[in-house]
Amino acid sequence: MPDTLIKIENLKTYFPVKKSILSKKLFVRAVDDVTMEIPRGSTFAVVGESGSGKTTLARSVLRLIEPTSGKIFFDGSEILRLKGKDLLDVRRKMQIVFQDPYNSLHPRKLIKNIIGEGMKIHFKITENEIRDKISAVLKEVGLRDEHMFRYPHEFSGGQRQRIAFARAIVLKPKFIVLDEPTSALDVSVQAMVLKMLKDIRAQEDLTYMFITHNLSLVDYIADRVAVMYVGEVVEMGEKNTVFNHPSHPYTDLLMASNPIPDPKFQREKRLLKGEIPSSVNPPSGCRFHNRCPHADQKCASQAPEMREHAPGHFVRCHYPL
Amino acid sequence: MEKTAKVSRPFMDDLKHTAFLWRRSRLTMIGSVIIVIFLLIAAFAPLIAPYSPVEQNLSIKLQSPSWQHLFGTDQFGRDIFSRVITGSRTALWIIFLVSVISGSIGIIIGVTAGYFGGIVDEVLMRITDMFLAFPSLVLAMAFAAMLGPNLTNTIIAISIVSWTTYARLSRAEAIKVKSQPYIEAIRAAGGGNLRIMFLHVLPMCISPVLVQLTLRMGTIILTAASLGFLGLGVQPPTPEWGAMVSDGRNFLIDQWWISTFPGIFIAFVVLGFNLLGDGIRDMLDPRLRR
Repeated sequence: MPDTLIKIENLKTYFPVKKSILSKKLFVRAVDDVTMEIPRGSTFAVVGESGSGKTTLARSVLRLIEPTSGKIFFDGSEILRLKGKDLLDVRRKMQIVFQDPYNSLHPRKLIKNIIGEGMKIHFKITENEIRDKISAVLKEVGLRDEHMFRYPHEFSGGQRQRIAFARAIVLKPKFIVLDEPTSALDVSVQAMVLKMLKDIRAQEDLTYMFITHNLSLVDYIADRVAVMYVGEVVEMGEKNTVFNHPSHPYTDLLMASNPIPDPKFQREKRLLKGEIPSSVNPPSGCRFHNRCPHADQKCASQAPEMREHAPGHFVRCHYPL
Repeated sequence: MEKTAKVSRPFMDDLKHTAFLWRRSRLTMIGSVIIVIFLLIAAFAPLIAPYSPVEQNLSIKLQSPSWQHLFGTDQFGRDIFSRVITGSRTALWIIFLVSVISGSIGIIIGVTAGYFGGIVDEVLMRITDMFLAFPSLVLAMAFAAMLGPNLTNTIIAISIVSWTTYARLSRAEAIKVKSQPYIEAIRAAGGGNLRIMFLHVLPMCISPVLVQLTLRMGTIILTAASLGFLGLGVQPPTPEWGAMVSDGRNFLIDQWWISTFPGIFIAFVVLGFNLLGDGIRDMLDPRLRR
């Protein structure tokens, strides 16, 4: 086992739902009891449908949202307890690239200031040194020096996402959360941005947490993968293991619904029925039982635990495939 | 609000479109012309005014308008034309300072309330409500009377009653902006609350406040003139339009020109600001902009 950069233990992030005063307090269980380890230098993909809690998980790890309970270790230090200067230092080492490049860059600021902001917070350096660093990082993400003095609206989606990425890596972080970084981009641009992400990870010795709902991207970029369903991780392991031998029925159906770019290929039609249940009031027992083709009495009454199905391959199911 | 739609277009096109909308609306043009003339008069007042605005000469008191004294003279023999022209400077100075002061108070309170939310928001907004509960002129009178009547206190009094609108506006804008990913990105980079509030949220609140400020400049002149008229504003001999209207009150039947000319100037400048403000608001209305 390679050494671990991020370790998450029993992380829960609940949001209170306002109802009438009489009814008891309800919570959206956006992230419910998530435990995972992200090895240093790897790309860890988190996949799931909309509303499965992927993004909340990412924001909780960065403490952009305060988790309700649980522990998060970054390089051995428990970040939920950090304050002041220590927290600031960890903030620098963990960065995020958001999904929508059209509202993740401040519309009134020059690119120079957008990228330079973090450096002004963390480093005591002169305006000239900042400019040199910005120039270097722009080159790294495939943009040019003159782009420094433009506003975000002068760029295309792909370029904006490169700028957002430049803003993250200029602080020399160790860990970057990529929250669906390519879902707002054209397919052709997606490929270029993904290649850039992959190249830079190797150069800068970064660790990624890659959030997506697109399994093809996971196949391209990830080393390990976790599948989330209604706030829980239902399956987790090496990408190849999970992709070749999906053990949770949900993962299996997700794989089956992923399009394959071959018009002649006729697949057996196995569709995921119904919609993702509410995370305010999740189904009893296994949260997937009402959509699962293999569910029985036990699934409806008893919630399965996360078990190591094969070495390094975890599944939350009573009857793993 | 209007800014998000604007930003995605190239700047020059946008400017041309604005000019086009401006030319299309005759009232806005009239408003702009009035304000430009007002500004020019204020800027060149000492050159335009033929006499001293304060020097008294009782031998020529209460003369009716003539070629010598275009608007006549008042009860102390001062040339009313010169006083009205010089009074434009007082008016401009009040508008400028009140806009800056009430604009900054409003924007700081509004952004703080909107950004922090919760209890901070509640407290600040209830204070705002308290100020809004009084008719603004009555409140301004109370402050002016309490502080003592002079130019500085007039400005303070009007500022104290007029920041509320800007506070509400910038609060709404701050609430909208604070949850945007580009603000979250700065928090992720380690930016503290003060940095985010003043360097990143506040700049986004300025444009709606600026529009509102233009719309309210007419009201500021009216309030200042009302205070002057009631003797709670600028003190003599400084020429101030409201005080001048008040001066001529006793002579209104026989010497109508003392009150009338400053009155006409107040009316025109207020009209000008209102037309311009309406025009700017319409020009920035996203439904009107294609």
